[in-house]
Amino acid sequence: MTRKAVALISGGLDSLLATKVIQQQGIHVEGINFFTGFCVEGHTHAIRKQEKPKRNNALWVAEQLGIKLHIIDIVDEYKNIVINPKHGYGANLNPCLDCKIFMVHKAKQWIQDHGFDFIITGEVSGQRPMSQRKKNLPMVADESGAEDLLLRPLCAKSLAPTKPEREGWVDRAQLYDFSGRSRKPQIALANELGIEDFAQPAGGCCFLTDASYSIKLRDLWDNRGDRHYELDDIMLLKVGRHIRPDPSFKLIIAREEGETQFLSGYKNQFQSIKTISHGGPISLIDGPQLDPQQIELACAITARFSKGRDAEQVELRYCRPNGECQSLHVKALSADDIPKQWTLV
Amino acid sequence: MLHKVDARRLLCPLPVIRLQDKVNVIALGDQVEILCTDPGVKNDIPAWCKINGQRIDSMIEQANEIIITVSKLSDA
Repeated sequence: MTRKAVALISGGLDSLLATKVIQQQGIHVEGINFFTGFCVEGHTHAIRKQEKPKRNNALWVAEQLGIKLHIIDIVDEYKNIVINPKHGYGANLNPCLDCKIFMVHKAKQWIQDHGFDFIITGEVSGQRPMSQRKKNLPMVADESGAEDLLLRPLCAKSLAPTKPEREGWVDRAQLYDFSGRSRKPQIALANELGIEDFAQPAGGCCFLTDASYSIKLRDLWDNRGDRHYELDDIMLLKVGRHIRPDPSFKLIIAREEGETQFLSGYKNQFQSIKTISHGGPISLIDGPQLDPQQIELACAITARFSKGRDAEQVELRYCRPNGECQSLHVKALSADDIPKQWTLV
Repeated sequence: MLHKVDARRLLCPLPVIRLQDKVNVIALGDQVEILCTDPGVKNDIPAWCKINGQRIDSMIEQANEIIITVSKLSDA
C-alpha cells in the first residue's frame, strides 16, 4: 500500500529537500501552500513594473518535484493569528510560532479530509528563533493536533520517532539530523540530490518579518483604533510611500509606473490625487472625506513627488470615490516642509 | 460547459487560487475562462495546470487583460 503525505511547500530549499527525501522512499507526496496575504513573492513583484514577471516559487518547486500543489486561501482565518498571537510576536509583527502551529493544524485537517497519512515540513531544528527553536518543535506538533503525524525529514533523527517512522512507512535511517542556522548541510544535500536551482533565502517570505512593513501595519491599527484589517489594507501597505500628516488620514503615493497603475485600480474606493500639469504619481488618501485645507495639504505633498516639485504652481486633480473631481493649483512642499515623523518607513 | 471567472485586479497567486477553486467544483471536460490583469498569470497558470493535470486551451492578451481558457482533465 502506497502511503500518502502532504508537504507544506513554501517555495524555499528546505521544503523542496524534505519532500524529495520522502518521495525517494516511495511515498506519494502532494503539496500545500498557504496564502496569508502577507507573502512577499507574487504581489510585490507583480505590482512593481518589471520586464519579466517573477516565477511563483511554490509552483516552481512543485513542478520540479512533479507533485500536485494545492494553494489554500487562509486570509480570513489568518487574521486572528496576526491580531492575537498566543505566543506573541518576533522582532516585528511576525507571529511565527502561532503561524506554524496554525498551518500544521490546517494541514492536519487537510489530510483527514483527503485520506492522506501524514504531514511533512522542511523545518530544521534551531534554524529560526521562534518557530524552529528546538524546544518549540514538539509544541508545534502538540498544539496543531498533528502530534506524531508530523514528520520533519531534515531533522527527524534529532527528534522522537514519529508514527511514519515507527510504523515503517519511512526509513528513519535515511532521514537527517540537521540543526542550527548554517545552510551548508542543505546545500550539500541539494548537490547530492542533483538540485541546482532553488530560491534563496529560505524564510524571508513574509512581510510581517519586515520592520518597515510592521511600522505601517502598527500605524494602521493605531490610527483606526482597532486591529481589524481587510486584504486590500495589507496589500496597500506593500505599495508606495506612506505619509501621515494627520492622525485622521494618510497618503499612499506611487513610486513608479507599476505602482501608479496598481493604485489607480482603487480610485473608486479611495479619494485620490493626480498631478495634471507635470508628470507625477497618483496618491490615494486613506481616511474620511478631507476638508478643503486637508485637500490642499495632500495636493502639496503629492506635488512634492512630481516633476513640478520646483515649479511655482502645480495643477492637480482631486477626486472622490464617486467620481466627483476638482482641480487645484498648489506649490509643492519642500523636503523640509514634510516632517520626518509624517513618513512611515 | 464553459465557466467564467473574473480575476481582474487580483495579484498572483489569487488568480491561480480562483481558478483552482473553480476547477475543483466543475465536471471533467468542462472549461474555465479566467480574465486577469496580473501578467504573472502567464507563468503561474500554465505551471499550475501542468502540475495538476489540466490543459491550457488558449491564452489571449488584449489591452491590459489576459484571457486564459483551461480544460479540466483531472480531478484534484
